[in-house]
Amino acid sequence: MAHRIEVTLKDGIRDARGERIQREISHFLHLQVDEVRTLDVYTVDAALSQSEIEEAAAGPFSDPVIQEWAIDTPTALTRPLKGEGAAFDWAIEVGFRPGVTDNVGRTAREAIEYQTGRPFGAGEGVYTAVQYLLNGKLTAADVERIATGLLCNTLIQRFTVLSRDEFSARGGFPAIVPNVTGETRAAVREIDLEVSDEELMRISKDGVLALTLEEMRIIQAHYRDPQVQASRTAQGLGPKPTDVELECLAQTWSEHCKHKIFAGTVQYEDENGNRQEIRSLFKSFIQRTTKDVREKLGDNDFCLSVFKDNAGVIKFNDDWSLVFKVETHNSPSALDPYGGALTGIVGVNRDPFGTGQGAKLIFNTDVFCFADPFYEKPLPARLLHPRRIYEGVVEGVEHGGNKSGIPTVNGSLVFDERFCGKPLVFCGTAGLMPAEVNGTPGYEKSIEPGDLIVMTGGRIGKDGIHGATFSSEELNENSPVTAVQIGDPITQKRMFDFLIRARDKGLYRFITDNGAGGLSSSVGEMAGECGGCRMDLSRAPLKYPGLNPWEILISEAQERMSLAVPPDRIDEFMTMAKRYGVEATILGEFTDSGVFHILYGDRTVAWLPMEFMHEGLPPMQLPAKWAPPAHDEPAVEAKADYTADLTALLSSLNICSKESVVRRYDHEVQGGSVVKPFTGVANDGPSDAAVVRPILDSFEGVVTAHGICPRYSDIDTYHMTANAIDEALRNYVAVGGSLELVAGLDNFCWCDPVLSEKTPDGPYKMAQLVRSNQALYDVCMAYSLPLISGKDSMKNDFYDGGVKISIPPTLLFSVIGKIEDARTAVTMDVKRPGDIVYLLGKTGFELGGSEYLALKGQIGNSVPVVHTEKAYARYQAYHRAVLAGAVASCHDLSDGGLAVAAAESAFAGGFGLSLDLSRVLWMGDSADRSDAALLFAESASRHLVTVRPEKQDAFESIMSGNCFASIGVVTAEQTLTITGLGGGTVVRAKLGDLKEAWQAPLREL
Amino acid sequence: MVKARAIVITGNGTNCENEAAHACRLGGFDEAVIAHIAQILSGEIRLDDFHFLNLTGGFLDGDDLGSAKAQANRLKHAAVSGTEEKLVEQFTRFIADGKLILGVCNGFQLMVKMGMLPGFDGDYLTQRTTLTFNDAGRFQDRWTYLKADTASPAVFTRGIEKGIYLPVRHGEGKFLCDSAATLDRIETEHLAPLRYSGPDYAAPTQEFPLNPNGSQNGIAGLCDATGRLMGLMPHPEAFVHRTQHPRWTREELPEEGDGLLLFKNAADYVRQNLL
Repeated sequence: MAHRIEVTLKDGIRDARGERIQREISHFLHLQVDEVRTLDVYTVDAALSQSEIEEAAAGPFSDPVIQEWAIDTPTALTRPLKGEGAAFDWAIEVGFRPGVTDNVGRTAREAIEYQTGRPFGAGEGVYTAVQYLLNGKLTAADVERIATGLLCNTLIQRFTVLSRDEFSARGGFPAIVPNVTGETRAAVREIDLEVSDEELMRISKDGVLALTLEEMRIIQAHYRDPQVQASRTAQGLGPKPTDVELECLAQTWSEHCKHKIFAGTVQYEDENGNRQEIRSLFKSFIQRTTKDVREKLGDNDFCLSVFKDNAGVIKFNDDWSLVFKVETHNSPSALDPYGGALTGIVGVNRDPFGTGQGAKLIFNTDVFCFADPFYEKPLPARLLHPRRIYEGVVEGVEHGGNKSGIPTVNGSLVFDERFCGKPLVFCGTAGLMPAEVNGTPGYEKSIEPGDLIVMTGGRIGKDGIHGATFSSEELNENSPVTAVQIGDPITQKRMFDFLIRARDKGLYRFITDNGAGGLSSSVGEMAGECGGCRMDLSRAPLKYPGLNPWEILISEAQERMSLAVPPDRIDEFMTMAKRYGVEATILGEFTDSGVFHILYGDRTVAWLPMEFMHEGLPPMQLPAKWAPPAHDEPAVEAKADYTADLTALLSSLNICSKESVVRRYDHEVQGGSVVKPFTGVANDGPSDAAVVRPILDSFEGVVTAHGICPRYSDIDTYHMTANAIDEALRNYVAVGGSLELVAGLDNFCWCDPVLSEKTPDGPYKMAQLVRSNQALYDVCMAYSLPLISGKDSMKNDFYDGGVKISIPPTLLFSVIGKIEDARTAVTMDVKRPGDIVYLLGKTGFELGGSEYLALKGQIGNSVPVVHTEKAYARYQAYHRAVLAGAVASCHDLSDGGLAVAAAESAFAGGFGLSLDLSRVLWMGDSADRSDAALLFAESASRHLVTVRPEKQDAFESIMSGNCFASIGVVTAEQTLTITGLGGGTVVRAKLGDLKEAWQAPLREL
Repeated sequence: MVKARAIVITGNGTNCENEAAHACRLGGFDEAVIAHIAQILSGEIRLDDFHFLNLTGGFLDGDDLGSAKAQANRLKHAAVSGTEEKLVEQFTRFIADGKLILGVCNGFQLMVKMGMLPGFDGDYLTQRTTLTFNDAGRFQDRWTYLKADTASPAVFTRGIEKGIYLPVRHGEGKFLCDSAATLDRIETEHLAPLRYSGPDYAAPTQEFPLNPNGSQNGIAGLCDATGRLMGLMPHPEAFVHRTQHPRWTREELPEEGDGLLLFKNAADYVRQNLL
């Protein structure tokens, strides 16, 4: 029988978790609760003696200094809360639903196994729950709201509410064992595709296959082929596809895995009616960018492996290479923000780890796009409140990154109301790979027929089934709960600790990650390397019985890598895995049969020719028509004093300090931190980019930065993209990154651009995608930025049949590169009074899509235009100035323009600035030149630089020939003073007030 | 010449092994071996062959049962492969042999929960103190000023006149004692070598964020009466070079970071007493 162990804090010990819940109940739900107390509950369902249970409770499950424990006794009745009288008014207990990953439960089980020296038997387990005791005048409905609105995500958790009286009458909560019961039936269904078109679509829709009618017809035709039928008969299969085959094709052909939109044929028409056929945006723009940049770089080309592996690889020095990948995990984060984001970060960790022969992970980056966490309007059903998404995502990435021991060095938060339809959760990870592993290039790997298929890490459950196909559709009310997974960073960390050592011993030939589509995708792709495979799903280790073969094949259960191990190394591999506590299983072997051959025991359950799987899909046909939008052109009001506008901008969500989030991320683990997320006299100024030293006895550094500006998409995605790339590079350049060795990654998050009944404006959205790609090519070529990896997520819409919410088209552009000597890095805080302030670059009347207009509820049309040729020359000159030691500080100008950058640099450095707008270089019509434009325009490619007076000559001579101007001086006063064109003071503010405005909005979150 | 040898244990969620080993080497150890716990449990590597044991930062077993609890349980119960010896016996012998142990962050949590600290009266296996959730209820990565107790027996903090500046990176760093008597004894015997303070290192503080977690009496580190065993929440291995300081681009700083001294002191002690 199952026992309940309750662990509670001793009297007088502060319940920080309870206090936080109490604050959140008040903050989120506007309900007053006098006190919240929390208890940890372990339900142990295993054959253990009473003394063994007691030893577990007293040993690993509780801390004798601060906690007490009880077995099968409701402690809530025996210990009063701090108020007199009633111990509590309501009790809520929240635990996991059956089959949901319970990391604490897993660790608790291992702890008991160590204590007793006996492994748990089949079906035995430990399950965790948290009990919340609430004291306060609440109705049953209030408590239900607290449970469902705050404490419990009912998709993955279950809860029980008891009033004090019910609790007493029933003797507390019963022991609940949320195990998955089921038998191994290994059922394989055959699906009849000789049906009407309507029926084909029903099969696709009901099965969450996300296959279009055309794709269903292609599959139908394949199975009609007499040759196919003959080969199937030889395998004992009928003419109808098995569910294993259909599911496998659906994963392989999903938008998520196949990138059908980027591979499709686009008929593009511009605003002048010029037509152009584009065969594959990916090939025409992204791949071509890299090819052409590499040609341009010639002997200086530093790309080693691009697009073909899980992550891109570039050279770092003669001994080491850099690996980088950025992923999105949007749809899962919308459903379960914590689990979705946690899985996002530990999932992207596997990409660089599974690149080439494997890489050590050196840093994470993350960028989140949310709706306003203080959103007050009603939301469609199924959408979580933006604040819950914010809290959950932030915590998920915190746990995933921190527990994995990878510093989170760079990121940002972007806000727009439309992200309530789907939040965007970008997670990136970089790795360091030996240039050579056992005598072969580290970035290369191979498979030979006869190599064994080995899966390592976690076990397979029903979690994450249909993740790939579900994220290839819009979010709707019926999105499947099985799509949600919860990551387990420790299981993954153990696996990585083992695999990196196995790599150095040469124990495997090929490694890749199990992500979307699970084994169907990882082994499917690996089989493509050598021409086939033969895999037995009955050998796969399962979390619990009852999975059918198709579920085993496509489950996205986390923390798994797939490997090809040569037969002569398999014994050593398996022995070492066991010693390191990592589960490894041989699932079959790679072949050159040309067939993806899947068995369950002796029975063939899937027989798919590799060619059909990988090449069977004709390109999509995608119409695209560009018609530039025309927004109202707002009249910018001329004012005598813009101090209030500046203060309001500093408090806007997109500009304000994100320190409360960033401090929750370990940005210094591994010891290589050089430029941290926060800098300046009080360690609280916002850095432009991150610099880390991945090799501790060397001063060579890695620089990473990013750019993202979805607001400009409201005007033109060409300029949105150009500005995002420019922002990434100017951030990178600001801290001292070298232009000789820097590469880019593109992450497209779009709203569905495919014309359909649901998406009548598909051609416009598709044209936005084309324009974005055009800019990608143009700007990357001008900046000599090869693209080394990327990802697209094309269905970021919410649609419930009535309301449709589409995100603004968003490109996250990330860069990674090198700083030869990290000791030359520059930070954004002004350094000392008397230093001269320069503005590099020109300012124009470019307020379109700016934060300044957004503050006034306007968009405008004059979006910033990137002048790449001048910018690139200036960036090169600036870098020479950095190397000459002539730069004291440098801050990039982006959201909020010059005024915001000046305020940030000043309060970060703890010294004032005195600036004169009449000295700022202007471009464009002089009639448009105004204080407001000079202060707040977001013209691209600009830096605010301070230089010590003794370095003035050196700086100016290095920069000569470029657009730059001295615009003021650093002062000892604690004031930002800006003189307007008319000679009057247009901004005068105390640094303390500006900093407070900037720090206040998200400080308490 | 006999070598000064340091060992850093990793595995099951330890994260800071590389920079800890780097700090040991910079501090003067001839060797710093990173040993996976599997290599120790298999008997391949033995603690007896080293002079300085580093239990460093990370999230052992995800801190799932409370920080470092599961590892404390594992070390207590797991046996070295092919022998009758429990791993914990290697630890107690290491202590009895007069060697050095430094626990940082998760390693400090492990030492406290195993009872290795404060190690009253030579009892290294009874838990008397703990490290629990920060008062702020959140993980914190921020730099802290640590006032040194010059009367402390700790080997590692010898020579620190006022204090040192190091980062903390934890969610469970609030130091608490099981009784007033334990706290009194820690104070009387000067077993808290480092405490959170203001930038002047003048007095311990309870004020957030200077004291980032609400630790009793501002205690950031703890040692035993011999001074050879010490644990602390801040990360000395994270500040061994000036470029790791958050304000290195604006302040004149010595080349070596404040944290390096702890490793130098360890190496000096080993050379003078154990070789």
